[in-house]
Amino acid sequence: MIGSLVPTELLGLGPELFGLFVVFGFMVGVFFGFFGMGGSFLVTPALLILGYPAPVAIGSSMTFVFGTAAIATMKHHDAGQVDYKLGALMFVGITLGIELGSRLVFGLEVLGIANVVVGVAYVLLLAAIGVLFTRSALDAEDDAEGDDDADDGEDPDDEVPAIARTIQSYEIPPMTTLADGSRASLWTISGVGGGVGLVSGFLGVGGGFVRMPAIYYVIGTSLAAAVGTSLFGGLMSGAVGAFTYGRAGVIDLGIVTALLVGSALGARIGSSATAYVDEEDVTIYFGLMLLVASAAVGIGELSAWLSMPVLDRLSFLLLIGSALLVCAVILYHGALAVRRTRGVPGSTRRGE
Amino acid sequence: MTGTELLAGASPSVQALAVIGVVLLEAIALYVGYGAVEETVGSAVLDRLANGR
Repeated sequence: MIGSLVPTELLGLGPELFGLFVVFGFMVGVFFGFFGMGGSFLVTPALLILGYPAPVAIGSSMTFVFGTAAIATMKHHDAGQVDYKLGALMFVGITLGIELGSRLVFGLEVLGIANVVVGVAYVLLLAAIGVLFTRSALDAEDDAEGDDDADDGEDPDDEVPAIARTIQSYEIPPMTTLADGSRASLWTISGVGGGVGLVSGFLGVGGGFVRMPAIYYVIGTSLAAAVGTSLFGGLMSGAVGAFTYGRAGVIDLGIVTALLVGSALGARIGSSATAYVDEEDVTIYFGLMLLVASAAVGIGELSAWLSMPVLDRLSFLLLIGSALLVCAVILYHGALAVRRTRGVPGSTRRGE
Repeated sequence: MTGTELLAGASPSVQALAVIGVVLLEAIALYVGYGAVEETVGSAVLDRLANGR
């Protein structure tokens, strides 16, 4: 009787698979809310390991990026941290880059090597970002043990890095004025948009981990505006990617919906946790998780090459297990910090 | 479910736009829905966590 009330399929997915994607989306959302990056670069490899063809994995991942970025942009819009003019100017470059990236994927698919090439690109990308995060966490620990008098009284969120000022000093027309009054060449803006779009279209990632630093270091805005505008850029890349792959009919709406249900909740919890948890406490775990994810995708590729399904299962367990562990670390540190700060009268939240 | 079922017979571009529209509506609904949940129970959850009960 009860069994007949349980749906056998939700948007084309079995309940177990739908639940798995909700949980995975929740973890990705916690990373997004806490670290300010979509974590969507974990979604495509997970779908590849689960056996989805590369165009389905990338198209669904990009559509998920669109939904997540829409939610995040709504939050940052309320805080006035989105430079819509800059975002709109980047749109042309992003569109061309995504088109080129998706053509590469479909071309490789015709040759029958899309999954291998995308998989190898992921192994390298995840390893590189993992090493960057781990090194930055270790360097921060060293700095913390050194001098504590680095605070010069300036708000780092308002600073434009020196390299960006140097790039802005080369006036290559046409020039445009950004929302904060600084000026940038349209060539720089289009170049950043095109490069990020290419990465997005080829790998099915939002590209926030490339776009945000590129806006901050190359175009030259404040950090807060770089984060907000990068999210708006993610919304546009996601929309263009969803349109490109949607036209080919390869987006799995069930996967996208399940991931969004989890990530929208996870992002709220992750973003609340930033008020309590010191990011440096968990950054090293995030870096190590990316290194494990890189190994997991590599093992997944080996599994297909050697025709050993057991390696596929190992690969999936490593990817989900490492993400689950880091998510648990963030939530555990968050719960401890809430107890410390709210449980003790007179204590304050981080940053207050 | 690829989204092409939403507007069967329509051109691929229209079907792709329908998918984007559906995902955008889902995103807005989730933003508003979870926002309401956070407003309602967020403080109580943090208090319970703080008091360890």
